[in-house]
Amino acid sequence: MSSRAEILDQVYEVLRPHAKKGQALTEDTELVGDLNLDSVQVLELLLEIEDHFDISIPLNALPDIHTVKDLAGELEKIAGSVS
Amino acid sequence: MSLFDKFQGIASVRRDLDELGIVPFGVVTERLLSATEGIVNGRRTILAGTNNYLGLTFHPECIETARAAVLEEGTGTTGSRMANGTYAGHEALEQELADFFGCGQAIVFSTGYQANLGMIATLAGPGDVVVLDADCHASIYDACRLGGCDVIRFRHNDAQDLEKRLRRLGERAQNALIVVEGLYSMQGDQAPLRDIAAVKRRRGGYLLVDEAHSLGMLGANGRGAAEAAGVEQEVDFIVGTFSKSLGAIGGYCVSHRPELELVRYAIRPYIFTASPSPSVIASVRVALRVMRAHPELRERLWENARRLYHGFRELGYDTGPEPSPVLALAMPGREQALRMWNALLENGVYVNLVLPPATPSHYPLLRCSVSAAHTPEQVERILGTFAALRRRASAVHDGPLSAEANAVSGGAG
Repeated sequence: MSSRAEILDQVYEVLRPHAKKGQALTEDTELVGDLNLDSVQVLELLLEIEDHFDISIPLNALPDIHTVKDLAGELEKIAGSVS
Repeated sequence: MSLFDKFQGIASVRRDLDELGIVPFGVVTERLLSATEGIVNGRRTILAGTNNYLGLTFHPECIETARAAVLEEGTGTTGSRMANGTYAGHEALEQELADFFGCGQAIVFSTGYQANLGMIATLAGPGDVVVLDADCHASIYDACRLGGCDVIRFRHNDAQDLEKRLRRLGERAQNALIVVEGLYSMQGDQAPLRDIAAVKRRRGGYLLVDEAHSLGMLGANGRGAAEAAGVEQEVDFIVGTFSKSLGAIGGYCVSHRPELELVRYAIRPYIFTASPSPSVIASVRVALRVMRAHPELRERLWENARRLYHGFRELGYDTGPEPSPVLALAMPGREQALRMWNALLENGVYVNLVLPPATPSHYPLLRCSVSAAHTPEQVERILGTFAALRRRASAVHDGPLSAEANAVSGGAG
């Protein structure tokens, strides 16, 4: 994974099954609020994201991840630190 | 918006407890009768949740030496290890620990919590990464926050998941600090240290093992889970406590890495606190000697652990895969856990009540720990009390305890 646009595309792909039918996903979509996920579902979603990108999201990064944009930014940062 | 708003959750739990008339987190032991018995609520009570694994809190020689230390060195050091708080005893204890573990280096801390807090927070700072078992103790999580490192969890006791997490770190894995416990404090299960050491060999990193609950309990010489697994040479840091098998308070870190002497001068929870009191150091030195000289204490501990484990199984409780001096019985819900815990106490048996989020799963736990000092009769009385309460529960159909009796085998996984 390299560019921000590619990361975003893949994040949308993982998120789509969790979204309501016809719900538009944007960079500002909130993972908890807009997708209506509880805390256990958010953890499951993050595990899915971790497996998809084959990375680990540090526990200490979670409080700063609210929106799709935050998540993509964190993934970009991690990709940069391991490659 | 008030500073105290965030405590509303606690207030509501307190109100529920008051309605039930149960006070689980304010138990006062009014008088100690021995390492295994005390007076609680005016009643003679067997203590089956004290972590006093070798029963050394009333060992005559430990008490005598502590008494002599108070007379000769006073009640406290009133200062930091780095200032006026290092006495000959502190240095001697570090030497004796290094000797016991066959390591070059040892540091003594004022509490076990501070030993984890200090070591992990100092080793792993911003930009470093700690890879820890998800069930690790609060002191380990707190250490990560204090140090400001990246924190990555792997599934409890799952060496494969650890390997995956290290692989995903790429080059960073070489400097990762892997943190596990020898024996987990809540459920009493042991870490698969042979597998974890093998992962470390393949992927790199440093390994820290918290032996708080395994010192004096595991290994041919009582050095803990790393000794039992035969991987001591691959463990970079062992952290432990004096407040369980050694019957006092304080903590330590031992290491075969000479750099530990440098780390010492950077550990804030070591520098900015008063050192352990002379009497504590004195009793710990004797307790360590007693532990080394009397392996039969460990045998007695395990005899009691096996009897309690098999007794609980006969009663139908899910006690985990193997006997352990720490046994956690999962309760189906908070109210059932509270009622069972309270009924045990009213019948003269104290165990620990552990409610989520302090538990590994969402089930409340009744956590029992046995001691070498429990007599076989005491162990039978603990089991007999559980048995009687279960019988009473199943006799009262649909009563709160019958729900407990039917559902406890659900496990806490």
